[in-house]
Amino acid sequence: MEWEVVIGLETHAQLSTKSKIFSGAATAYGAAPNSQACLVDLGFPGQLPVLNKEAVRMAVKFGLAIGAEIGMRSVFARKNYFYPDLPKGYQISQFELPIVGKGEINVVQEDASTKTVGITRAHLEEDAGKSMHEGFAAHSGIDLNRAGTPLIEIVTEPDMRSAKEAIAYAKKLHGLLIYLEICDGNMQEGSFRCDANVSLRPKGQEEFGTRAEIKNINSFRFMEKAINFEIERQQEILEDGGVIVQETRLYDSDKDETRSMRSKEEANDYRYFPDPDLLPVELEESFVEGVRKTLPELPDVKRQRFVDEFALSDYDATILTDSRPLADYYEAVVAVCKEPKLAANWVMGDFSASLNKDDKDLADSPVNAEMLGGMLIRIKDNTISGKIAKTVFEAMWAGEGDVDTIVEAKGLKQVTDAGAIEALVDEVIANNAGQVEAYKGGKEQLFGFFVGQVMKASKGKANPAMVNELLKKRLA
Amino acid sequence: MHNKSLAELANGLQAREFSSEELTSSLLDRLEEKNSELNAFVTITREEALTQARAADEKIASGDAGPLTGVPIAQKDIFCTKGVKTSCGSKMLDKFISPYDAHVVENCNDAGLVMLGKTNMDEFAMGSSNETSYYGTVKNPWNLDCVPGGSSGGSAAAVAARLVPAATGTDTGGSIRQPASLCGITGIKPTYGRVSRYGMIAFASSLDQGGVFTQNAEDAALMLGVMAGFDTRDSTSLDRPVPNYAATLNDSMAGLKIGLPKEYFSDGLEAGTAAVVQAAIKEYEKLGAEVVEISLPNSALAIPTYYVIAPAECSSNLSRFDGVRYGYRSDNVTDLESLYVNSRSEGFGAEVKRRIMIGTYALSAGYYDAYYIKAQKMRRLISDDFEQAFKKVDVIMGPTAPSPAFKIGAKTDDPVSMYLSDLYTGAVNLAGLPGMSIPAGFDNGLPVGLQLIGNYFDEARLLNVAHQFQQATDFHKKSPSAYA
Repeated sequence: MEWEVVIGLETHAQLSTKSKIFSGAATAYGAAPNSQACLVDLGFPGQLPVLNKEAVRMAVKFGLAIGAEIGMRSVFARKNYFYPDLPKGYQISQFELPIVGKGEINVVQEDASTKTVGITRAHLEEDAGKSMHEGFAAHSGIDLNRAGTPLIEIVTEPDMRSAKEAIAYAKKLHGLLIYLEICDGNMQEGSFRCDANVSLRPKGQEEFGTRAEIKNINSFRFMEKAINFEIERQQEILEDGGVIVQETRLYDSDKDETRSMRSKEEANDYRYFPDPDLLPVELEESFVEGVRKTLPELPDVKRQRFVDEFALSDYDATILTDSRPLADYYEAVVAVCKEPKLAANWVMGDFSASLNKDDKDLADSPVNAEMLGGMLIRIKDNTISGKIAKTVFEAMWAGEGDVDTIVEAKGLKQVTDAGAIEALVDEVIANNAGQVEAYKGGKEQLFGFFVGQVMKASKGKANPAMVNELLKKRLA
Repeated sequence: MHNKSLAELANGLQAREFSSEELTSSLLDRLEEKNSELNAFVTITREEALTQARAADEKIASGDAGPLTGVPIAQKDIFCTKGVKTSCGSKMLDKFISPYDAHVVENCNDAGLVMLGKTNMDEFAMGSSNETSYYGTVKNPWNLDCVPGGSSGGSAAAVAARLVPAATGTDTGGSIRQPASLCGITGIKPTYGRVSRYGMIAFASSLDQGGVFTQNAEDAALMLGVMAGFDTRDSTSLDRPVPNYAATLNDSMAGLKIGLPKEYFSDGLEAGTAAVVQAAIKEYEKLGAEVVEISLPNSALAIPTYYVIAPAECSSNLSRFDGVRYGYRSDNVTDLESLYVNSRSEGFGAEVKRRIMIGTYALSAGYYDAYYIKAQKMRRLISDDFEQAFKKVDVIMGPTAPSPAFKIGAKTDDPVSMYLSDLYTGAVNLAGLPGMSIPAGFDNGLPVGLQLIGNYFDEARLLNVAHQFQQATDFHKKSPSAYA
């Protein structure tokens, strides 16, 4: 039987406010345990929550960015359950009336087609603390620094049909939140966490199959693995005539598998009810319009502008606008070198590859836009060849200075002196008499061999176009 | 000195007739002696009080004093007091020393009031008789075999026995007005949001409101002026100026329209209490007020509504008492579940557990609509009744409680009869209105209170109406003979 995969994602994104959603404690990551937890966060008797307006502003910004209905009246509700890292015994969240209603996000796929993913809702809530199970003999430790950190939970419709689509959406969302400057997107620090609801149904069937919710997916790579593992697991069960149990499953990245955490029967009854300590949040039109004015150029608009202004392909423009820092970097490089296509190739190519290889954030890149743009100018004015540029780029990446310094220090200046190149061409022809004979006898594919030999003799510095031209003349 | 009112003591201090230290010391001596039979205090803070009193004397000497500087009071043990045990009447918090002051406590401290101690109360303010306290029942000074009412029973008994001129309280369904009635003193619960809930340990957040017990309305006006005010730390606090409550105490009763809800004078009301209340209304007529019968048709819904909403909120509010971070932790712990189960089973008393269970049930999937949502709708109907009534009248009057103080143990086995103690008070909390109870007379030697209910933010009028009655009568000046 052919199966159709149905995926919906729930994403918890940490909002980049300075203080917590209901208290004045700081939200900075990495502080000593419990040093950023005030009495509100500790759930002390008599302590009360006071809503951080900045968190509301950020949630509204997200809603506007995805063209969603803004909940002009939203209500905080208590989600009740016991856990040691949940100090009040309830999490303040939103239930029936979220701050952001239905919206959508358009995702451009690798084949350049666009997939629209429906957003069911997005709501504000507070994060819990962290339980630490190592380093405390026979006990667990609790760090409440994270308790009360503002989150926006973004829930999609079950619109995705493969792990690839889910990841494309998650990356798009991730980029969007960073664009909006409402989330730092740091997945290692837990600023962006996804849970995936996965189910299968026979192709053509309208009714959804039973789903499993996969938690603990903390990178895009693991997301793909976790979803694919889950698809295979469910498919095997279904094909063996079994039934899928509705449950929450935990992804274990070490073993690359998902395993059952709790079934529907074991699920908590959270007993949601409106939090009587907080009044309903009623937004004024002027507030929403004020937030709208702070919206940056959004990825989809930017992408279209890149296509129009820089004559980039849809695909290149998508990649370059997926993340705001990358788009800003690209534009800065173009501003320096005025070569949009060349800049796109380098930014998407060697530059991105180097970031990946060294696992670096763009902000920490050793090659800034000025340096890369400067190097592209030197390609354009024939000071260096594209091939030598790779060497130059590596040296810049290693911190050896800007393009001119490196070209000077390493003597990489391109040879454009026809006489000098001619001498090398003659030398190569003289040293490879056999090949010359074969070439002249019709083995024309040997031309590349000669080019290679000349380039090698010039240590890569000869202008490739001139080498071609002169070789053709000599071998004619 | 102990029979003087708050205003009289304040005047005496300002006139240097006695120092705050002398006053504090003398009240502490009497309090320590009498408390052994009344059990009105959980904690007596002698040293801290004397330190505060000396500081007050310095302020008075240097001319920095406010009008109430140096006057001793007591705080209900539901208000967090920095460095002092704040038990909320529970074993759960028997060893809890609060690291901070409640807004009410800050305000009292800023006014120079001297705290003599923390008063006993029903556990987590859940009770109408003070019998659910971990620290034992408080005795009614009018009859030591009777309850003082609850949940603020310690505060009420302390003021009735003249241990302190004023004591704070909280009122979720009648917890100030009912004990004020049973102890023959003046008690006011202001409009919801008038007094900050910051640092007031929550029972039912949408109903809880701080207030005060005093000998008379004038003192209540002075105390409320200190306690009330906007507080950014409580999102339900009202950003409205606090009027000078004392300024309007002498306004005339001529033309005042008093509404008597016919539902408050029916089956549940004892005849002796009804007679006292009717006589008090007659007194108002003599003062020139006009009395009209009104109807609050949904009155009968108040108790069932209250006993869904209050437990629902408390079941969640009390989840934080889990033995993890502070408060009682069972010794009998082997894993996380036993930590929770044993700490909470051992740390909470029976009434608290009963309400947590009722509330948990009411919020559960499948019951939420039938109970919680339904109760919210009923709450709206109850509020609407008052709104209609206040289109016709200025103040609503009736009994505070269906009967005078009952015997200790009389209702402990019958929660429903206990819950009916709030018959006339609970609706006021559901609507968020201000209410008062003032001494109106006696039934078989036990005091009976008259309840005054005002429109939103109409505390000044309630205090005025109460004060005028007290100018014409002397019930508020009577104190139990054993504590004269």
